[in-house]
Amino acid sequence: MPIHAVNDFVIRFANVNGSGSASANLLFARSIMRMGVPIAPRNIFPSNIQGLPTWYEVRVSEKGRLGARGGADILVAMNPQTFMQDIAAIEPGGYLFYDSTRPMAPSAPRDDITVIGMPLTEICAAEYNDPRQRQLYKNIIYVGALAALLDIDVVVMETLAAETFKGKERLLDANRRALHIGYDHAKARFDCPLGIRVRRSDAVGDRILVEGNFAAGLGAVYGGATVCGWYPITPSTSLAEAFERNCARFRIDPATGKKNYAFVQAEDEIAAIGIVVGAGWNGARAFTTTSGPGISLMQEFFGLAYFAEVPVVVFDVQRGGPSTGMPTRTQQSDLLSCAFASHGDTKHVLLMPDGPGEVFEFSGSAFDFAERLQTPVFVMLDLDIGMNSHLTAPFRWDDSRPYDRGKVLSHDDLERAGNFGRYNDVDGDGVPYRTMPGAHPTRGAYFTRGTSRDRFARYTEDATPYVDNMERLLRKFETARSLLPRPILRKAARPTRVGVIHYGSTAAAMDEAVDLLAANGVDVDALRIRAFPLSREIADFVQSHDQVFVVEQNRDAQMRTLMTADLGLDPARLTSILHYGGMSITARYIVREISGRLPKPVAKKTVEAVS
Amino acid sequence: MSYLAKPKFQHPSLEVNALGFTHRDYEGSMSTLCAGCGHDSISAAIVRACFELSLPPHRIAKLSGIGCSSKTPTYMLGQSHGFNSVHGRMPSVLTGANLANRDLIYLGVSGDGDTASIGLGQFAHAMRRGVNMVYIVENNGVYGLTKGQFSATADRGSKSKKGVDATDEPIDLVALAIQLGASFVARSFSGDKAQLVPLIKAAFEHRGAAFIDVISPCVTFNNHAGSTKSFDYVREHNIAVNALDVITGRSTIEVDYAEGDRQDVLMHDGSTIRLHKLEAGLDVSDRSAAFGMLERHRFAGEIATGLVYLNEGARELHESLDTTHRPLNELGQEVLCPGSKALQAINASLR
Repeated sequence: MPIHAVNDFVIRFANVNGSGSASANLLFARSIMRMGVPIAPRNIFPSNIQGLPTWYEVRVSEKGRLGARGGADILVAMNPQTFMQDIAAIEPGGYLFYDSTRPMAPSAPRDDITVIGMPLTEICAAEYNDPRQRQLYKNIIYVGALAALLDIDVVVMETLAAETFKGKERLLDANRRALHIGYDHAKARFDCPLGIRVRRSDAVGDRILVEGNFAAGLGAVYGGATVCGWYPITPSTSLAEAFERNCARFRIDPATGKKNYAFVQAEDEIAAIGIVVGAGWNGARAFTTTSGPGISLMQEFFGLAYFAEVPVVVFDVQRGGPSTGMPTRTQQSDLLSCAFASHGDTKHVLLMPDGPGEVFEFSGSAFDFAERLQTPVFVMLDLDIGMNSHLTAPFRWDDSRPYDRGKVLSHDDLERAGNFGRYNDVDGDGVPYRTMPGAHPTRGAYFTRGTSRDRFARYTEDATPYVDNMERLLRKFETARSLLPRPILRKAARPTRVGVIHYGSTAAAMDEAVDLLAANGVDVDALRIRAFPLSREIADFVQSHDQVFVVEQNRDAQMRTLMTADLGLDPARLTSILHYGGMSITARYIVREISGRLPKPVAKKTVEAVS
Repeated sequence: MSYLAKPKFQHPSLEVNALGFTHRDYEGSMSTLCAGCGHDSISAAIVRACFELSLPPHRIAKLSGIGCSSKTPTYMLGQSHGFNSVHGRMPSVLTGANLANRDLIYLGVSGDGDTASIGLGQFAHAMRRGVNMVYIVENNGVYGLTKGQFSATADRGSKSKKGVDATDEPIDLVALAIQLGASFVARSFSGDKAQLVPLIKAAFEHRGAAFIDVISPCVTFNNHAGSTKSFDYVREHNIAVNALDVITGRSTIEVDYAEGDRQDVLMHDGSTIRLHKLEAGLDVSDRSAAFGMLERHRFAGEIATGLVYLNEGARELHESLDTTHRPLNELGQEVLCPGSKALQAINASLR
């Protein structure tokens, strides 16, 4: 029985990397969004430039289910390499759309799916002479065909193309023509629409579709970052590029045409973080962007910045580790290596946004926290958040909110100040006052060092001042705990003793999982952690539930370790649900794992009729 | 080292510079290096150069890595902010500091282990970028704090105190700096104050990456027979290829050297350096001549000292990046933050 579904399906495109499919697929996805239907597109791509298989999947969901779902209702099979494997992933009753220029082998791979063949290569060969055009417009032709098959308004597609190719009329005409070749061919030959289709809705509202890396780069511009030292590494590269692109738009001095920012591609991650530490020390808001291997290389500098108390912002777009691991797959596996980065006793502030909206917000505030606390702040993205487009509430910025530059003594402050001690805890919050080089001719100069020192920044190896300083850093960590974003609680409709804790990109799948569980009669309270050091509310949540699941996208239950280390929680009280194969976690997986671990609901005893 | 605190008194008739500071105002705390260490002579030369140039001490930022040499910023310029960073990574920290505030004067102090061994990569890339700084390597060919291991500048065949031969090819930081794009490159000897002070002054006047390799014998671990960086060896093999005077707009320095073949170079800040060429035919603006000269003296077993290469037309990092003339750390929120209105347009483009 073919699937019948309106505004609720998953379509998967199987393409060859470097074939120009990405922009065509994005056009397809955005056209559905423009029709008012929520979408969640995801790229599944190899560490490769050209030739290897790549997939693009769009979940269409009127209800706004934006996590990965798993499976595919329609497959657009454009890659012979993966043809059989792709077909196997189609849901029973699903649809296969393929290039029928050559006969399919075997001729009927499955008897429970609907097969739609369109001779795309043959059509392109007839329409275009240039091989590159044949390749590129093949993608647009199948998008046009899908518009007919899924009842997507082709005018919406044309409008989007017109926006994309504004000022490039020749390209626009060519794209329009290709769209119509596909659309007309499908209309003429197939029964349109299929059982699966799109219908106009107003479920998108004013939401935007954006990648987390773009949101972070833009957030760094809004947050006042002026120095970016970085080194290219997947999946963080597009974050640095987004910063530069937005700087080129917003940070050019109108009078002189000069840049109000410095963007330096360093020779490696060590130099990248060194640049950031130097700039932070000298009073600029500075950041780097990297992924797991870069975090490893930067360790020594993180310890210096922690101990010398230099504001630093680090964006870690996590990928599959260890080592080179799975550079194009997602994981939450750098939690521990960031939280306790470097040698000696160190611990650092982490911010854990759930998607681009919070990424933008946290990217701005990360610079405030770093300067307020004079310490490194890690913004923990992952590949799913960073490199996939997500539907999210529009970015907002409060113009009345000033940057928090923290405790900095100006020239005039130094005139008034008594005996300046760089590491003196004047306010009792563990955060000392700092001065900038060049601020005052005779006051406020001090020596910054990674070696131990007394409250007046004088070198010492005596135990008492060393311990005094280390204890103050602990007080500062407690100050951080009180400042950082608090966890977000989603309470079940009815009181329940089952709790689930999650963070980061798991949020979308968790939201759906909680609903699915509730529909199955399982009520769970869900708590989303947003920062480390951890809020005491997390301990309260654990205490107030009999069974607590901690859902993570890593092998070693790293958040569970943080919870036991930072809040003193009993690990026996925390049941881990782990998903770390590199693909985004799904609601289906969470529901299955939680359901499997809960005692089976006791069935009502049937009383045997005795007669 | 001495454990006695530095006395605070000074002679009432102590010489005063244009800013009204005495030499003492450029000093730092008491050195903790071994008595007779060449590094202390270099610190003294830096203090002298800054005093003579009347540099405002608080406008200097002094940065270093790790090692004996990297400790020395504590022993000079007590009114300047300092940053003793991590081993071999001073160049990147200095680069970042420089990006944040282009108006300060940056002094990087490093050693041969810190620069030529662990830090070779960062050294190379800072030179390539043309970071506006004075980068001084206090080169003794040996690790002091860890007790006498060779560094990458130790000459092949040189003997360590324990009798071990250096078997690897040494790195010539001067040749490397020229190749990598440093625009002011010199070599000197810690024991030759008359040559070193003007070189440091000229380096401060230069805009761009100024590098000085200062041979600085280690009295404890590298001052024995068989070492090619001992006091005696360097004194015997030191060949000055030129001598120079720095003539600032503020004061004229007495010329100490005999008049000979002269070369005047106008610096960016309006000062002039006057070179007295001791080696015929050496034009410091000629890169290939500089390489040839270094190679000739190396072959003869000599250490060529003096200004080796100068390019006053080189671009420094801020020019390459086209950054604004205002220090980035002074830009306010009104300049940095595009505001909510611009955000509306961004949101609209993402629908």
